[in-house]
Formats: sequence, C-alpha cells, structure tokens
Amino acid sequence: MAALETKDLTKKIFAVKAVDNLTLSLPAGNITGIIGPNGSGKSTLLNLLSGICKSDQGKIKVKGRALADVNPHRIASYGIARTFQGVRLFNQMTTIDNILLALSEKSFFRSLSRRTEKNLALRANEILRAAGLADWAYKPAGELSYGQRKLLEITRVLAAPADIILLDEPFAGLFPEIIVKVSALLKKTRADGRTVMLVEHNLKIIRELCDVVYVLDRGKLIAGGPPGETLSRPEVLAAYLGN
Amino acid sequence: MEYLAHVGIMAAIYCILSLSLNLVVGYCGRYSLSHAAFYGTGAYATAILTANYHTGFFASMLFGAAIAAAGALVIGLVLNRLQGEYYLLASLGFVIIMSSVFNNLNNITGGALGIAGIPPPAILDNILRSHLSVFLLAFLICVLVYALLAYITSAPFGRILRAGREDEEVVATLGYNTTLFKTVALAVSGGVAAIAGSILAAYVTYVSPSSFDINESILILVMVILGGLADLKGSLLGATILVTLPESLRFLGLPAVMADNLRQIIYGAALILMMFFRPQGFLGKYKI
Repeated sequence: MAALETKDLTKKIFAVKAVDNLTLSLPAGNITGIIGPNGSGKSTLLNLLSGICKSDQGKIKVKGRALADVNPHRIASYGIARTFQGVRLFNQMTTIDNILLALSEKSFFRSLSRRTEKNLALRANEILRAAGLADWAYKPAGELSYGQRKLLEITRVLAAPADIILLDEPFAGLFPEIIVKVSALLKKTRADGRTVMLVEHNLKIIRELCDVVYVLDRGKLIAGGPPGETLSRPEVLAAYLGN
Repeated sequence: MEYLAHVGIMAAIYCILSLSLNLVVGYCGRYSLSHAAFYGTGAYATAILTANYHTGFFASMLFGAAIAAAGALVIGLVLNRLQGEYYLLASLGFVIIMSSVFNNLNNITGGALGIAGIPPPAILDNILRSHLSVFLLAFLICVLVYALLAYITSAPFGRILRAGREDEEVVATLGYNTTLFKTVALAVSGGVAAIAGSILAAYVTYVSPSSFDINESILILVMVILGGLADLKGSLLGATILVTLPESLRFLGLPAVMADNLRQIIYGAALILMMFFRPQGFLGKYKI
C-alpha cells in the first residue's frame, strides 16, 4: 500500500513549471529516493507535500486520504514530518528544546500544562543519547558544529510522531562518520515500519538505502523503479551527465 | 512614605505592562506598539463602569481585561499575518486608531477631557484611600500576573512561542498552529495590560487619552528591551529602572519641565547604549 501518492501534481513558479504533472507513490515502510539535477523540482515537491506551498493542480493522498487542507500544521497531523535543505534549527534554543518541540503535544490547551514535561525531558534525553548528542543537550543548538546540527535536525524529525518522513538532502556536507550514523538512523526508521522520502544527490547513498527511486528533470518524472535498474537508464544518465 | 508608595504603585503598574508586552515582543518576537491601546481599554473600562455604573473595582477590572483580550484576539488575527517592521507599523496604526477613539467618543470616554471622579479601588466595601494600601493591591496583582505568565511561559506554550520567533515555518511543520498560539499570546498580553490600566484609573481617579498614546507604547517597549527579551524578571527590572530612575531626578532640584525632558533623554540614551553594549537587554535571552 502507498503511504503517500501524488496525481498530476503541478506547481508553477512564475512562468516555469517547477513540478509538472507529477504522479508517483511512496510505498509504505520503504525508503524512496528522489533524485534529479538542480532545478528539477525536488524541493518544490517536498514543499507541496508538507504544505509550505500550494499546488496549482493535482492531488495528494496520504494513506488513501486526500489532503484536504494545505496548512503545514494540518499536514503534520496526517503524520508527515520534514527537514529542509539548509539546516533549520531553533538555534537560540537548547538542543533538548529542539527535540522537545517534536515530542510535545500539538494541542493548544495541552501546551498550557507542564504535567508531561518531566517524562518528555527523559525521552528527549534518551533520543539525544542514542544520536550521540547527549553532551550538548543543554547547549544552544546554534553552538553545535554543522554535522551535529544536521544530525540534530534529522533526530528531531525522527522524534516527531510521524510515519512519513520527508528529508531534503540530509547527507549534504556531512563527514563520512556522520553519514554512517544518519544511514543507520534511516535504516532503523524503515525497520520500524515508517516511510521515508529521501531527496538526495549522492547516488551511492541512494543505491545503498533506497528501495525505490524516482528521477525528476525539469519538474517531470522521467524514470522510477528499483535503484540499480533506474539509475542505469540512458535518460537518467543523460539528465545527470548530459548527452 | 506616601511618595514611596506612589513610586511603588507606578512601578507595579509598569511591571505588569512590561511583563505583558514581553509575551508578545520577547516570546513571540513581534515588536508591537499597540500596548497603550489595551492599557487604555482597561483604564476606560474601570473609569466608565465604576464612575457611571457603580460597578465594583474588581468586576470592572475583569470586564476591562476581557474586552481588551477579545479586542486583541481580533486584532491578532490581522496583525499576526505580518512580520517584522510590517507588524510594528500595523500595531502603530492600531494604537493611533484607539487613541482617536479615546479622544473622540465624547459620550463614552469624555473625549479629550477624559473621565474624572473615578472611585478608588475597594475590597469588600473597604475603600483603599492610602497610597500604601493601593500599592499593596497593585503589588499583589503584579505578583499574580508574574506567576501566571511564569507558568505559561515555562510550559510547552512558552517553548512553542520562542521557537516561533526563530522559525515559524518549521514550528508549523512540527504540527503547531502558530497563528493560534501567537493570537492567544496577544490576547493574554492585551488582557493583562488592561489590568494595569484598571489599577491606574482607580489610583489616579482620572483618565484621559494622553495617558494612552504612542509615547506610552514606546515607553513600555523600551522597558521590555532594557530588561531583556523573553525573560520575565528582565521585564520587572526594566520597568523598575525606568520608573524609579527618572523619579530620582526630582532630588536634583531641576525644574519640572527640565526633569521631564531629561527623562525622555534618559529613555533614549538607555536604548542607544543597550543596542551597543547589550542588545539582548539586562537579562534577556534573545538579541533584537
């Protein structure tokens, strides 16, 4: 069963179709890679799926339910969480606060109570320990190194109560040691039955992690399927390497 | 003693105002100049209800707070669509409108002449005539306001507001309705500011539009910035400094007009110095 589907999804940015009649589906409990050259519409697709921008036409379905509302907080309530291309943490807040924001109740009235704070803090500390960030728990997130900040952002999105995780270039600019750590986190996420959509340029990582890969070029879907087969297609090579 | 109690009352009033504005400026990151409007709403509610309808002080205070909170809720739905300088300018527009309402709604607000003869606050038919008793009341209310705001800002609510001031889009993708949180914060802030207005009206026994104009909004904003953004103790400190420091000028034997001007210069100089040496204010967590 598809965790997330798009049908004829289209988004114009000025005169350019950033996403053009895109129909694809993310199999539940899999890691689906989205690749394509710069400007192929990968990040716009993520923005559409997370409600950051509105589509001009087409449909999005989550576990068979059409997304009726495009407000990001409503979309989160469908069980979708995401990261962004640049690291977007709450830099002036502590590392643990960043995790607590993912864990806390989303309801306004419950946010006024401190009743669950102690348990949530224990859970957040456990999560940070597992990610190797426990020593920085009470330091401002902005003081972490780039790799740690990236790791924290991924840890935060995985801590969210979501079963569809959208990741925008999570491996960009990371040291091999952290790449291994993030890869392990994503494999565990898949093993837990959650669905991951991975926008990535690193084809080695795509081959290693993804069950399915879709290739976009100028907003259009040009290929899709298992990575080994898809990445060796001539049209994919042409889109990436030129003719 | 009466003089000290007077300074204490004014400090308590401005502490309440500064605490309430910090919720919007410090926690939500919205630089607002609308606070004098909510302050004035509370003052006029108490003035009208107690002077004209013989309502009790506390009932009028609660009514004023409810009206101001409801107004802030409506205004918040409009203002919270804006950010940065756009929010600031729109909030300025709101205070200008309210100032005009206070000035021109002659039948209700008394126009430019204001409303005189407001009864002093009373508790169970005991009228608080001395400055000391009013101070104790104002101080107690200030403590209650501090406790309320300290509780909600240390709950997840406060954390969500602080996160929103850094990156609202990310907060929304984590599942929080940021518009709702910011709007409620403004409503709480407006309601609390109105409480300060009620105390002022009952203490001075007179209200006029000049007490709730843009200068008042600027003064409250300076108190918040001086004390520190997103820190409630900072708000207490900022308000206390800016109320008591100018009072000390009285002892220099300067003519009243000169002391007044000097007070404005102190506010301005304090802001300039803070921006250079401590842009997050004395106790603040965030730089402007």
